[in-house]
Amino acid sequence: MVQFLVKRIFQTLVALWGVITLVFIILHFAGDPTLLMLPESATAEDVARLRSQLGFDRPLIVQYLSYMGQLLRFDLGTSYIQNLPVSEIIASRIPYTLTLAFAALLVAIGIGVPVGIIVGLNHGKMIEKILMPIVLIGQSMPTFWSGILLIMLFSIRWGVLPSSGADGAGAVILPAVSLGALSMATFARILRTSIIEEMDKPYVRAARAKGISFGKVFFRHVFRNSSIPLITIAAIELATLLAGAVIVETVFAWPGLGQLAVQAINSRDFSVVQAVVLLGSFVYIILNLIADLLYSIVDPRIKIQEKTS
Amino acid sequence: MKKASKNILPYLFAFIILFFLIAAIFAPLIAPFDPVKQDLMHRLKAPGTVTDAGVHILGTDELGRDLLSRIIYGTRISLLVAFLSVIVSTVTGTWLGMLAGYYKGWVAVLIMRIVDIVLSIPPILLAILTVAVVGPGLGNLVFVLGFTRWPRYARVAYAQTLTVADKPYVQAAQFTSVSTPLIFRRHIIPNIAAPLIVVMTLEFGLMILFEASLSFLGLGVQPPTPSWGAILSTGRNYLSIAWWITSFPGFCLFFLVLSVNMIGDFLRDYLDPHSIRR
Repeated sequence: MVQFLVKRIFQTLVALWGVITLVFIILHFAGDPTLLMLPESATAEDVARLRSQLGFDRPLIVQYLSYMGQLLRFDLGTSYIQNLPVSEIIASRIPYTLTLAFAALLVAIGIGVPVGIIVGLNHGKMIEKILMPIVLIGQSMPTFWSGILLIMLFSIRWGVLPSSGADGAGAVILPAVSLGALSMATFARILRTSIIEEMDKPYVRAARAKGISFGKVFFRHVFRNSSIPLITIAAIELATLLAGAVIVETVFAWPGLGQLAVQAINSRDFSVVQAVVLLGSFVYIILNLIADLLYSIVDPRIKIQEKTS
Repeated sequence: MKKASKNILPYLFAFIILFFLIAAIFAPLIAPFDPVKQDLMHRLKAPGTVTDAGVHILGTDELGRDLLSRIIYGTRISLLVAFLSVIVSTVTGTWLGMLAGYYKGWVAVLIMRIVDIVLSIPPILLAILTVAVVGPGLGNLVFVLGFTRWPRYARVAYAQTLTVADKPYVQAAQFTSVSTPLIFRRHIIPNIAAPLIVVMTLEFGLMILFEASLSFLGLGVQPPTPSWGAILSTGRNYLSIAWWITSFPGFCLFFLVLSVNMIGDFLRDYLDPHSIRR
């Protein structure tokens, strides 16, 4: 266990370092932002002075090291466009994106799990053939289109829910549904497969033969065993939803990180774009690590596989 | 009964794709209007409106441009960007993956580490970052998508090449000093192609979606070039008075992506018998 843990954490650190370096390299190709910060009338001397002030005239390796050093101190730099620390700009948006992603996860689980149970228990029957395609279609809808359709129906036609912004609890419903639809099929599909497998096991037949009611067997044994994969899937899907929020936030004018990133690109505010990408990747990598660790805790068999392979 | 329905569906989806393909290729012949010609007298007209110039079957947009023509030309952008970016990422990813799988050692460590790193950035964020650097536009979009997606192919090509490179016929070729390019062309590529084709199909659907998403965010193809994502994005401002601007391109996008994905799933079952059992 310890060995697996150490190995996995080491891999994660390498991935984090790699992402930081890759982002640094990509942004290096963007050039430095000094030209954007100065008025057009600025002379070459002005540009040179600002460049040396901000450190863009230093050798690349020095820039890289100081950039790494800053990140290690959780210093994301300053937005040259807004003249504010990037960490401050980011921090004000994080709660919105988190709210949206968790609400979407709730929608995905709230629909995906019951559907997974129903189709898993009715494998091969009519109801499976009706429900699964509906869920799959929900997953194939581009979020920005499903979002627009939801706005047309609930905000414009019926006027029951707000179409944009983040005022009041009702405002999160439409974006959460539109984003959550992405993941609900994943939950339904995984649960369906594992219920079908679990129902076939001898202990289910034995328990039923002993006269234990179906409900008891199902909820006490089958559902518990088949929901193991859901825990890890939830961690991975949360990461997917956080990334997917970029588009949904723009559709619903939801003031989260995604909207911030898109606005920052349009104003060429690279330090903010970079911070959002780094933060998003870090969360993505760490949620994947958590998923792996959770998996080895709830299902010890995974370690045996590690050894044999 | 079950078997028959299973066999018809792929044809149906293939037909939908063919339909869009024809629309894209013959866009100038099919489109009833010039997709960028504005007609401010006839802005936001409902589907079926007749003007002096003809019938606007799907209505007009906020600048009086014919929506049907814009959608037809938008198909071109969608398919072209998806096609080119799949080619770029396939070629890059397959070669790097094959080299890693063939030479192993530090080449493999280097290439596959980079693959791991690129894959640990959420694709949409990586695409946004690269667009921020290179700027929007059609050519850049292809570059961005290709750059974002090559690791998927590299992983598949690497795993496949590892198994193929150990086969006796490859070793025999090496011993008889057949040139390395020839070994790749004759022995490795044909044997790793099937799973890569499946990845290509599934990625093709994803690329259509990515192009639309980035254009929707204003980071893709620039106006006035018609793109489904861009049409959806402008139509968002006229939801209460012109439902058609967002509805029709959305339908097209949905059906095209769904069909491509279904064909991809079908190909996977067809080309890779192992996945059926799962």
